[in-house]
Amino acid sequence: MTMVEPSTLALFWAGVIALAILAYVILDGFDIGVGVLFGTTRDQARRAEMMGSIAPFWDGNETWLVVVGASLFAAFPAAYAVLLGAFYVPVLLMLVGLIFRGVAFEFRYRSQRMRRFWDAGFAGGSTLVAFAQGAAVGAMMRGVPTQDMQFAGGAFSWLHGFPVLTGLGLVLGYALLGACWMVLKTEGALQAWSYARIPWLVGGVFVVLGLAFVVSLTADPDAAQGARRMSGWGAAFPILSVLALLGVLLGARARREAVPMAMAAVFFVSAFLTLGLMFWPYMIPYAVTVSDAAAPEASLRFFFYAGIVVLPVIAAYTVGKYWIFRGKTDRRHVGVARGGR
Amino acid sequence: MEFDPVTLSRIQFGFLISFHIIFPAFTMGLAAWLAVLDGLRLATGNEIYRRVFDFWLRIFAVSFGMGVVTGIVMAFQFGTNWGVLAERVGAIQGPLLGYESFTAFMLEATCFGVMLLGRHRVSPTVYFICCCLVALGTMLSSFWILANNSWMQVPVGHTVVDGKIVPADWREIVLGPVMMVRWPHMLLAAFLTTAMCVTATGAWYVLRDVHRPEARVMLHWGLGLAAVLVPIQILFGHETGLYVLKHQPAKFAAIEARWKTEQPAAEVLMAWPDEAQQKNLFAIEVPRLGSFIASGNWTAKEIGLEAFPPEDRPPVVIPFWGFRIMVGMGLIMLAVSWLGNLLRWRRRLETSRWFLWPAFLSFPTGFIAVLCGWYTAEVGRQPWVVYGLLRTKDAVTPSLTTNDVLLSLTVYGLVYAVLAGFGFLYIYKLLRRGPEAAAEPIPNATPSRPMAFADTAATATGSRTEGRE
Repeated sequence: MTMVEPSTLALFWAGVIALAILAYVILDGFDIGVGVLFGTTRDQARRAEMMGSIAPFWDGNETWLVVVGASLFAAFPAAYAVLLGAFYVPVLLMLVGLIFRGVAFEFRYRSQRMRRFWDAGFAGGSTLVAFAQGAAVGAMMRGVPTQDMQFAGGAFSWLHGFPVLTGLGLVLGYALLGACWMVLKTEGALQAWSYARIPWLVGGVFVVLGLAFVVSLTADPDAAQGARRMSGWGAAFPILSVLALLGVLLGARARREAVPMAMAAVFFVSAFLTLGLMFWPYMIPYAVTVSDAAAPEASLRFFFYAGIVVLPVIAAYTVGKYWIFRGKTDRRHVGVARGGR
Repeated sequence: MEFDPVTLSRIQFGFLISFHIIFPAFTMGLAAWLAVLDGLRLATGNEIYRRVFDFWLRIFAVSFGMGVVTGIVMAFQFGTNWGVLAERVGAIQGPLLGYESFTAFMLEATCFGVMLLGRHRVSPTVYFICCCLVALGTMLSSFWILANNSWMQVPVGHTVVDGKIVPADWREIVLGPVMMVRWPHMLLAAFLTTAMCVTATGAWYVLRDVHRPEARVMLHWGLGLAAVLVPIQILFGHETGLYVLKHQPAKFAAIEARWKTEQPAAEVLMAWPDEAQQKNLFAIEVPRLGSFIASGNWTAKEIGLEAFPPEDRPPVVIPFWGFRIMVGMGLIMLAVSWLGNLLRWRRRLETSRWFLWPAFLSFPTGFIAVLCGWYTAEVGRQPWVVYGLLRTKDAVTPSLTTNDVLLSLTVYGLVYAVLAGFGFLYIYKLLRRGPEAAAEPIPNATPSRPMAFADTAATATGSRTEGRE
């Protein structure tokens, strides 16, 4: 296969998709993480306050996932086809998880009888979404078999030890983001509870990622091919992510409210850049490049107008929403989220 | 019928899209109805329009939310189950559907939020403009969906490069002649769906003797709009039939259940098409009428399915019956709306219970017509997914097995059953409760969390047994 340089428009769309994924992982990541932590406590007051801390944000955060999906189909249809074919089961699990999360959010206040069910749906759905996304990333690192621009494997080809580890890693990673978010947005008992979770979650992420690293070096040569592609100063990003994890820990120990969230975001950005370096110039590792997958220029240009109009609006909407709901979560707000008035 | 990945994927797509289309078809008309109501209030200052507005706004919010949730699932279907389609035709379908997603988001992020929560934060004129933009936005959303589907029905403006179907002329793709007939057909269908629901709700309240002033507004506008739109819809329906005759003669023959080429051709009114024996059982036919409908004269030759190779013939039963049920629903709408207006004119509408009952029971006619129309269009296009270019059986994701699709179909079926159960329950509760004198503020709701709007309804019907911690 000859390497063709991707066109400017293809790079534009690849950049848009990369930024949208990053925005999605950090933003939806924290509210999914709150959902994961939600499952670890039985205290009803705490649960209500946890939901209140993400209530105004979670739905807007999810829009970034659809931006990713729509842009991928429009600009890189071949990559869209291969990825969704390869991750048929994880995508199904993710969608079911997202539906249950969203529905549980509204329905848990409606009846005492069904509350256990919806609470389980919220925690279980969140964990499912995190696991499915993490496992898909792990499976991508092992490479996605393709033939004639179509996925050439089975529905459970993704299911290996390594992707299970990365799936678990993302569950913990999102939970860490969730804990950092609650440190930032809440006060009193819940904030203390969240502070107490951070060391354990940092440790968990560190151990799982370390384990994944060891597995890829020893037992799973497929998973190591990405690491082998990293060279020279590319190693700066993995080092940066470890430092950022340490920063989360130190910030939490010093009880500096904003530091853990900022450091957790740095951790995700550097982990994302690490992956990007491993994969580049492939969009589907290690079979389909960005330029292979790109739609013809006529399509990229036609869709470019949608991008330059809509993306700034969505970005402004996101920023505006976080500005309006800045500061600590309003207790009255929590009251409403609990169904009271 | 063999349960292979292709058949199961078709069933899955049909199930998910049928469930999805119910909500956009309804919200498109509702958005326009809300804009009209807000405009009326602005123009007349009459508070009753405000009460009717606030009532339908909640219903709009819940169905908009259901449409968004089921739409997200649709966004992934093309890749998960129709990988070859996505890869080979993605250069055209991707941007069209991408425009639709982005349009929907613009709407959700801006005007829809103002419409739901901004009543007291913006001026009445700005609020009205937002209502109009939301109505316009939902129509624009349907524009892209219909552009995509019309292109799949009659592909134009493309070239084939290395086996991939790529755009050559976007103007032709987006604004083709077929699109210009089918988009209005869908818009009118959506408006009629809403008009019938509004009419039925008004009739229901009169029958129960509640909310009489609001019911009068609903009957006035619902019946009036339907009476005007049904004839226009029949015209566009006829135009749609002509494009089918011109571009998809096999589909036309299937809709008419015309197995053999005839001159002059009879029109089959009712029959059970037997696909194994290639003939109609229990047929009721009108001689020569078939020629007149298709060609405008009584002696023209009309081709039958025998003229096409067996591998190019669509199924017959679903297009034949889908079309007839759709037309039947249209005739019911015509009868209800014209009779209703006649009664109104003679000032006997609200006392004619014999009329109000059928008017109430006709609430699903629009939904049934929309679904049957789409079944006719989509099943009639078979065996092609992109007419004449790509066969459905070649478009499926090659790696899928029967068990994979069986698994996903089962999971979607279960999840949607829960979703539908609660969604419909809340819409029903809102409808049953009816307009309130004073609109309550909506707590903690955001545009894509419309279920929060159902909350107050649940409280009012006493179904909530909330205990506070």
